[in-house]
Amino acid sequence: MAEKLLEIKNLKQHFNVGKANEVKAVDGISFDIYKGETLGLVGESGCGKSTTGRSIIRLYDATDGEVLYEGESVHGKKNKKDLKKFNRKMQMIFQDPYASLNQRMKVMDIIAEGIDIHGLAKDASDRKRMVYDLLETVGLNKEHANRYPHEFSGGQRQRLGIARALAVDPDFIIADEPISALDVSIQAQVVNLLKELQEEKGLTYLFIAHDLSMVKYISDRIGVMYFGKLVELAPADELYENPMHPYTQSLLSAIPLPDPNYERNRTRKAYDPAVHNYADGEDVRMREVSPNHFVDCSEKEFAEIQEHLAAKK
Amino acid sequence: MEKILQVKDLELSFNTYGGEVKAIRGVNFDLYKGETLAIVGESGSGKSVTTKSIMRLLPEESAEFKSGEILFGGRDLTKLSDKEMQKIRGKDISMIFQDPMTSLNPTMPVGRQITEPILKHQNINKDEAKKLAIDLLRLVGMPKPELRMKQYPHQFSGGQRQRIVIAIALACNPQILIADEPTTALDVTIQAQILELMKDLQKKIDTSIIFITHDLGVVANVADRVAVMYGGKIVEIGTVDEIFYNPQHPYTWGLLSSMPSMDAEDAKLYAIPGTPPDLLNPPKGDAFALRSEYAMKIDMEQSPPFFKVSDTHMAATWLLHPEAPAVEPPEMVIERMKKFPGSRYYEGSAN
Repeated sequence: MAEKLLEIKNLKQHFNVGKANEVKAVDGISFDIYKGETLGLVGESGCGKSTTGRSIIRLYDATDGEVLYEGESVHGKKNKKDLKKFNRKMQMIFQDPYASLNQRMKVMDIIAEGIDIHGLAKDASDRKRMVYDLLETVGLNKEHANRYPHEFSGGQRQRLGIARALAVDPDFIIADEPISALDVSIQAQVVNLLKELQEEKGLTYLFIAHDLSMVKYISDRIGVMYFGKLVELAPADELYENPMHPYTQSLLSAIPLPDPNYERNRTRKAYDPAVHNYADGEDVRMREVSPNHFVDCSEKEFAEIQEHLAAKK
Repeated sequence: MEKILQVKDLELSFNTYGGEVKAIRGVNFDLYKGETLAIVGESGSGKSVTTKSIMRLLPEESAEFKSGEILFGGRDLTKLSDKEMQKIRGKDISMIFQDPMTSLNPTMPVGRQITEPILKHQNINKDEAKKLAIDLLRLVGMPKPELRMKQYPHQFSGGQRQRIVIAIALACNPQILIADEPTTALDVTIQAQILELMKDLQKKIDTSIIFITHDLGVVANVADRVAVMYGGKIVEIGTVDEIFYNPQHPYTWGLLSSMPSMDAEDAKLYAIPGTPPDLLNPPKGDAFALRSEYAMKIDMEQSPPFFKVSDTHMAATWLLHPEAPAVEPPEMVIERMKKFPGSRYYEGSAN
C-alpha cells in the first residue's frame, strides 16, 4: 500500500456555531490521501466538498477533527515559521480564473508572490528565470510575464493559476473545480496539463468537481459527498461499476453522456434519504464492503450489500 | 415538416472601439415545428448572439445587422420596430437564460413575475391571470403553488428558480422557446430534472426549442437536430445521430474527442490546440484551419461552402470536396462512426 500523505480524521466544519442558523457544512468526514494519487471529491453544490478542501488547507479553522499532513497536524498550534514551511507544501487552484488573479498585478508578480514570501529566489534575475520556467511548464511563454490577467483567455488564466501554485514547489495541490469555468475544448488542455505535471513532479491532487466524467478520467479514487458527509469512497472504476450507496447511484444515473442512443434509454434514479429508514441511534458509518470500497451504511445495509456482491460473483 | 423560423444568410457585427467585430458571419438554418435544435460551440462562437438577434435583445447602438433575414410568421424580424417586437417577445418567442438568479426580479414576488407576461399579452383580468399562474407553477412541478406565488426568488433553490423562469417563458404558450444554457448553473441531478421537465412540456404545448449549450451530454439528451458553430458560422448541422455518430467537420471531431467517455481508458484526452479565432480580424479561409491538423492549403485561402452529406446533414469543410484526399478521423470518432449505418466505418448493427 502506498504511503499516506494526508489523513483526515473526523473533520467537522460548522459555521455560525451556537446560532439559530448554524450550518454543518462538513460533518465528521474521514479519509486518507496517498502519495502521488488523485483523489476526486464529487457531490452537488452545498454538499461541503469545497469547504472540505478549504479546511484541509486551513483557509478555515476546523470546528473539530484533525488533518494530519505526513503525520503532523495542520490545524494544531503553529508558530509563523512552521506555518510558512507547511504552506509551501500545500497549494490550491481555484475555480474562477477571473476572480483568483489580482487584476492589478503583472503575471510576473502574481507568479513570483510565493517565491518572494518564501525567499526562494537568490536575486532578481533568478526570480525572473524561475517565473519564465514556470510559464513554460504550463505551456505559456516568457513574453507573457509582463502582461496583466485581463489580456489572457480563461484557459490561459487557469494555466497562470497552476503556475502560481507550482511556484513554491508543493507536494500536494487542492484543485477546486479547476475546469468548471472553461470551454469543453479548453478543459481537455488543462486536464492534460495537470496529469503531465503529476507524472513529472510526483504531485498529489485533491480534485474537487461536479463534472463526473472528468473526475473519473483524472482520479484514482473518488469520494462522494452528500450533505456534509462522505457516503461512498472507492477506486474510480469500482465506483462507476458498482455504486452501492443510493445517492451515488442517483448521481451516476443523472450524468448526461455524449451518446444519443444511451440517452434515449437512460433511466434516472432519484435519491430519497428516507429509503434508509434508520432507527434512532443506529450505527451508521463508513464500512468496507469490498477491498478499498467504503460505503456509509448501517449494519443491516452492510449485510445486504455483502449479499448483493456475493450474488454478483 | 412545417418551418416555423428561417434564418437566412444572417450577418451581424458589433461596432467597438477596437473596430468591427464580425460576430455572425453568414448563418443559415431552419427551425421546424415541435423540434429541439441544439446549437453547440465554444464561448465566442456566436451561438448566443445568434439567438439574441432572433429576440432582438442586442444593444442597438453597437450591434448592426449587416445582411440576411430572420423570417417568422411571414415577417422579417430584423426589420420590425421595437413596438412590433415587443408584441412577439414573451408571447410568440420567449427565452430562458443561464442564471435563474439574475433573470428573476429579486424585489418582486414570483407570482407577479409570472402574471406579468400574461396580463401584457392576453386579454384577461388579474384574477384569471393569477389562476393561470398557479396552474403554470403546478405544471412545472412546484409543490404548494398557491403559497409559493407570494414568495420572493431568494426563497427558492436554484432548480426551483429555473422552474419559475420556465413557467414565465411558457406563460403565453410560445411557438418558439429559446433556452440559453438553461442548466449550466445547476447540479447534475437538478439538471436532469429540468431537462426532463422541458421535454415533457414541449410535448404538451408543441413548442419548438432552440437549445444553446456547450455540454455535449445535454445535447445528446435533448436534441433532435444539432448545429455546431465555430467562429461566427455554422460548420456542421444534422440530426443528433448524424452529428454524434457520423460527424464530418474536424471541429466536431475535436469536440467529440475532447470529452472523456465513461469507459475511456487512461489515454491522454484529445485537446483542441490553440484558441478561438479573433473575430476582429476573422481568418480568410476556414476559421478552424489554424487549429486543425487536417487543414489543407485551400483552407487558408477560401472559406469552405456547405457540402451535403445527406438530406438532413451538411458540413462546411473542404475535406468533403470530391477532390480532397481521404483522411482518417481521430480514433474516438471512428469508434462512433462504427455505430452509424451509412458511414464508411459502419460495422453492422449497433445493438
